[in-house]
Amino acid sequence: MSEAAVDPVPMPAKRRGAQLFMLALAVVIVMGAYANVGLAMDGQIPAGMLTYGLGLGGLMLAAYLVLAKFAPWADPLILPLVTVINGLGLVMIYRLEAGGMPLASATNQIMWTAVGVVMFTVTLIVLRDHRALQRLTYTAGAVGMVLLALPAVLPGSISEVQGAKIWIRFGDFASIQPGEFAKLLLVVFFAGYLVAKRDVLALAGRRLLFIDLPRARDLGPVLVTWGLSLLVLVFEKDLGTSLLLFGTFIAMLYIATQRTSWVLIGVLLFVGGAYMAGLVFDHVGARFDAWLDPANPIHYGNADICQQDPPGDPMCSKSYQIMQGLFGFGAGGILGTGLAQGHPDEIPLSFSDFIFAATGEELGLTGLMALLMIYALLVERGLRTGLAARDPFSKLLAGGLSFILAWQVFIIVGGVTNLIPLTGLVTPFMSQGGSALLANWILIALLVRMSDAARRPPPQAIQNEGLTQVFQR
Amino acid sequence: MNRTLKRAAVACLAMFALLMVNVNILQAVRAEGLQDDARNRRNFFERYAIERGRITAGGKVLAQSVETDSKEFRFIRKYPDARLYAHVTGFFSPESADAIEATENQLLDGSSADLLLRRSIDLFTGEPTRGASVELTINPKAQKAAYDALRQSGKRGAVVAMDPKTGGILAMVSLPTYDPAELSGTNKGKVFTRYDELAKDKSQPLLNRTIAQTYPPGSTFKVVTMAAYLEDDPSRTPQTTVEAPQNLPLPGTNISLPNYGGSACGSGRVTLVFALEKSCNTPFGSMGMELGYDAMKEQTEKFGMGKPLSVPMPVAQSDFGKQEGKDALAMASIGQRSNRMTPLQMAMIAAGIANDGTVMKPYLVSKVTDAKGDTIEEAEQDEWTQAVSSETAAKLREMMVSVVNNGTANLAQVPGVQVGGKTGTAETSDNQPPHAWFISFAPAEDPKVALAVIVESGAARVGAEATGGHTAAPIAKAVMEAVLNK
Repeated sequence: MSEAAVDPVPMPAKRRGAQLFMLALAVVIVMGAYANVGLAMDGQIPAGMLTYGLGLGGLMLAAYLVLAKFAPWADPLILPLVTVINGLGLVMIYRLEAGGMPLASATNQIMWTAVGVVMFTVTLIVLRDHRALQRLTYTAGAVGMVLLALPAVLPGSISEVQGAKIWIRFGDFASIQPGEFAKLLLVVFFAGYLVAKRDVLALAGRRLLFIDLPRARDLGPVLVTWGLSLLVLVFEKDLGTSLLLFGTFIAMLYIATQRTSWVLIGVLLFVGGAYMAGLVFDHVGARFDAWLDPANPIHYGNADICQQDPPGDPMCSKSYQIMQGLFGFGAGGILGTGLAQGHPDEIPLSFSDFIFAATGEELGLTGLMALLMIYALLVERGLRTGLAARDPFSKLLAGGLSFILAWQVFIIVGGVTNLIPLTGLVTPFMSQGGSALLANWILIALLVRMSDAARRPPPQAIQNEGLTQVFQR
Repeated sequence: MNRTLKRAAVACLAMFALLMVNVNILQAVRAEGLQDDARNRRNFFERYAIERGRITAGGKVLAQSVETDSKEFRFIRKYPDARLYAHVTGFFSPESADAIEATENQLLDGSSADLLLRRSIDLFTGEPTRGASVELTINPKAQKAAYDALRQSGKRGAVVAMDPKTGGILAMVSLPTYDPAELSGTNKGKVFTRYDELAKDKSQPLLNRTIAQTYPPGSTFKVVTMAAYLEDDPSRTPQTTVEAPQNLPLPGTNISLPNYGGSACGSGRVTLVFALEKSCNTPFGSMGMELGYDAMKEQTEKFGMGKPLSVPMPVAQSDFGKQEGKDALAMASIGQRSNRMTPLQMAMIAAGIANDGTVMKPYLVSKVTDAKGDTIEEAEQDEWTQAVSSETAAKLREMMVSVVNNGTANLAQVPGVQVGGKTGTAETSDNQPPHAWFISFAPAEDPKVALAVIVESGAARVGAEATGGHTAAPIAKAVMEAVLNK
């Protein structure tokens, strides 16, 4: 690609004023949505309007001040974008709880949002140079795999909730999903590992049908990751995380080695694995059936059982969940029913996996397009950071973190909209869940840290990033 | 690495583009189909989210929506006199509705285009949409009188009364009845189970017998034959005499048509008014055969039969019968054979005679008002058909008054009021006792009410001429008294 030469990364500006304005706008949007819920439900502005408004405003102002002090050159868009998504998620959960959804808890989510923002600032303060992470490559890898494997090893009474063995529960009051943190650590590991090995992995082996195959002995890392993903799928019944990690690894492998053959090998391995899993495991096969023809009465089954309170056997209907989500999207139409005026309580898990469907019902196509646009902007700002970064580890880490964010949105949103088979995953920053919020806020802190480093004017100005790339080759 | 990073950026954009396209397909293209899916419970909730308008009659509330504490079902339907008005109001079940609840649904739930202005105003003032209220022509006293009197007979049957000058329906009772509240609950399982029970019930409680069921009209149909005979030659009067043998041989068969119970009809040659008073079969059989099938059918149509009618519930088609032989025509002319009439059609015949020969279009909804009380629609009185000339109508009135005063229907007499009527006893093919009929109007000089009563298998086999008069006429009397405040 020759665009690099004609499209140099422009000299960055701090744009702190713009960031503060955007942040204020994000808070105003969220508080507007909050007021809207109250007005629709009780005909009045909710009682906590002032407290929450000042709370959220104060929290984001603090985050801004820390960012301005410790990462003054950071991308000005990232924090406001995340604030809008996180805030809208909060409003949806508040609305679902007020609407009588038993498991939705806005109080918890508000607390975890605050903890998440604090973790964001702490990461920025403590981690002054992200390249320190490169030295922790193998530690991150080891801890990540242990965290990932932990729920599978622990007894089901501690680790299993609704069929997915991905939790560690501390009594009844607290539980964490170690996989969310493992995700972050593994991306750090992939980045460090691939930067070290990319020259070897990029070596061409045999050539087959215009494609340079890698050498057989270099297949090791791919096969190991593939195996790990399959283990997650088998022992934790967690299709989503399995697909998320393997896909991210393949994408990072491609970014690091520039070898399309790795992508093809990855896709083949994945399709093979998924097909086998579909044959062997009922719950995987059921997902495929539900994806191909969700409206079919055979797959929809006896929904009366599914509507029982408490819910009946999840296998009573293969496509009950997905169909309820689709009904939600349909009910929303182009403009949505308006916040607190639809029936997202009809959608199972509308506060977690299906929060996108709940949002689609009440904010409509218009709201979802805006939301997807915000996600897309966030991801592209992250990838932009990768482009601007000056060392390969930063490039790969920024690329990996951005990609995993995009890939996660694609898997879960694609799943609930029936574009791809449904696999349970958190919708980043929206779904209820402390572990995911915390991990994702740290992810954002890493991106902000790297964008600060990338945009900070270097001692000797290098005008053309494209040339830098040539030197690195 | 920038080259692959850019490619990764393009791939991410492509993923978001795919998601956006898919969401567009879902929410813009497929939305309607998903909304209409029967498994989507939102449709079910929406039915209960709006405060439906009331159904009222004569200052009484027949159906209204009451707010509940439930989030899913904000308003539920209440029917204060559920069984009494069941076939008028109908029910409002989780997936369907009946009678006025169904035909006026768009007004009641506020979705009608007629309410567009009201809705726009509500949108600006921030008030929730409320449905319009529907006022019926029903006279609660007459309805109650009809219901009580018919129930006292202990039989199945129907009573329908109308104002002959306007066509407004004053009473509409069908027994057995049901409780609309049982079918209007929000518990789908319970409602559907109950509905299935009622639908399978052999006594057909869900059936509105006044408009959805046809019966052989029996001798009440003789007024139509008489009308055709008088219209055929305006010089004929109630005193015109006709042959009235004990048995009328039916051409093309070896059977003959007897009078009721095989009795003689006067001296064998009687006046028209005597034939109607005593409800002799033989003269009316001859009249029908003399007039011919086409004239008879035409006269029935002039009384309103044969045109699709809704009040606003659709009314079943009455039918004079197919053109067969002379024998069939003779039988049809006394309301037997394949002659089938709805009770409403018979009431329209009485009403047409009462109203100088003009049949007014029957209707139930007199006025629709929006939630603020402003009138949106008011019923217009339409002429439905011109049945007979006003001279013929006057002759028929005179004869029908004589039937009540001197003939088979003395039990329908109301003190101080001239009542006109005609009894009927309709044989049914199965081995059941015949149906007892009565049609009437009052007061004869200035009619305020015309009605038809049928009591299924209500005529005891007593051998008397007055079987229809015995069972059905007292019910008619009660209704007429209620309307006339006697």
